[in-house]
Amino acid sequence: MIADVLKTGVAFFAAVVVQVTIVSSVAPGGGTADLVLVTLAAVALLRGAVFGAIAGFYAGFLLDAANLETLGVSSLLLTLAGYWIGRYGETTGRDRAHAPLVSIAVVTVLYVFGALALHGMLGESVSVQGGLRALPAQILLNLLLTVPVYALVRRLLAPAGRVPLQEVEFS
Amino acid sequence: MRLAALGSTVQRAASPAYQSSRAAGALRRRLVAAVLVVVSLAMLTVYFREADNGPMHGVQGAVASVLHPFQVGAERIARPFRDAYGWTAGLVHARSENEQLRDELQLLRQQAIQNSTAAQENVELRQALHYLAGPTFPRDYETIGASVISHAPNEFEQTLVISAGGRDGVTVGDPVVSSKAYLVGQVTKVAPRSSKVTLLTDEDSAVTALAVATSTIGLIRRGEGPESSFVLDRVPKDKIVRRGDTVVTAGRRFGRLPSMFPRDIAIGRVKDVNQSDIDNFQQIQVDPFVDFSSLNSVWVAIPKGGTPRLP
Repeated sequence: MIADVLKTGVAFFAAVVVQVTIVSSVAPGGGTADLVLVTLAAVALLRGAVFGAIAGFYAGFLLDAANLETLGVSSLLLTLAGYWIGRYGETTGRDRAHAPLVSIAVVTVLYVFGALALHGMLGESVSVQGGLRALPAQILLNLLLTVPVYALVRRLLAPAGRVPLQEVEFS
Repeated sequence: MRLAALGSTVQRAASPAYQSSRAAGALRRRLVAAVLVVVSLAMLTVYFREADNGPMHGVQGAVASVLHPFQVGAERIARPFRDAYGWTAGLVHARSENEQLRDELQLLRQQAIQNSTAAQENVELRQALHYLAGPTFPRDYETIGASVISHAPNEFEQTLVISAGGRDGVTVGDPVVSSKAYLVGQVTKVAPRSSKVTLLTDEDSAVTALAVATSTIGLIRRGEGPESSFVLDRVPKDKIVRRGDTVVTAGRRFGRLPSMFPRDIAIGRVKDVNQSDIDNFQQIQVDPFVDFSSLNSVWVAIPKGGTPRLP
């Protein structure tokens, strides 16, 4: 467990640095990929809702600090995203091959709308038109990132062992 | 007899102990999520309400300082690849741009000859009149070069983070220009080793600007179009602005909006001028000189005599 926490901590640190310095500056088709969100989806699917929520909080904190944004905004959004993806992985999406792709497509849309709403509530002027225009490209780019990132995170965090065989006693 | 059973189709009632552990697990899960949400909201509220030197800003500055060397390192590694991407993307428009630039060069050569004579005359006349000019860029400003270490986290925010901060003398409100001295934006948040720059393309940004050829003053702000174009707003219909005019910062206040920018920083060129019967002002579109999507490094202009304050 401690090894998983350490590995996840380092993975998100690297993901945030790569996101803010490299990924955010490349916008093919007008949208940018969200490496942190994709990494979070992979971690939450493999480790569940609680781990996903904590990882989301940590990643959001780093992201806000790196971008000098209002602390707590990304933490709030990514905590909810991590929790939701984790629950999806524990229930409906369990053992389904398409779960990473479905969850990232849905959570990308929710994340964008959530961020727009939150920034709006904070009184920050945001370009809703710009955000929505970039959304299709962002979903596509996130989906493209999902396959390699999920494979990488799966290797990093070996899947938790399956439920051991139950012993049934016949009298 | 004890047998291993997997995937049995026989429905059995869950034991009370199992139900209780499952309920406890669900409770713990929800509790953790709720605590994290509450902590996020508390962090957000405190950060939003406190002053720029408050404890949460201090924490952010400390974490940003830890991230700073990694961001600078990653930016250096990525720069050649990003340049290659920008170069490839630029090839698409290179041919038409080349023709346009040749025409422009011809025109500017003629203007340069006229300007050098006028500039000399201007110096002599100022001396004769003992004229006291306001601060101009770059003469009255010190510049600090900084690399862009972080871009806006999403498409609806127009900000970036640069590698110079309070320790380097950067303060909130300092103008930021590109490597070719075109206006980029202004510093809106300062950490010890990094600063946040709000770009001119942000919804909140506006700057008093001047169409050089006719000395017409207006307000430059973000346009409505999909590209990063600007509009020169608040220009009355009786004022003349021509297509192709260069637009620079006016260095003065416009109504109640103070200009934080020194005079004569180039912003862009007038692309289109329109008038309609129902609008009070002209509709003037301006193409920025800066490609805001491919900024790698910028210059922060720090006033030599301190930040100018309006009476």
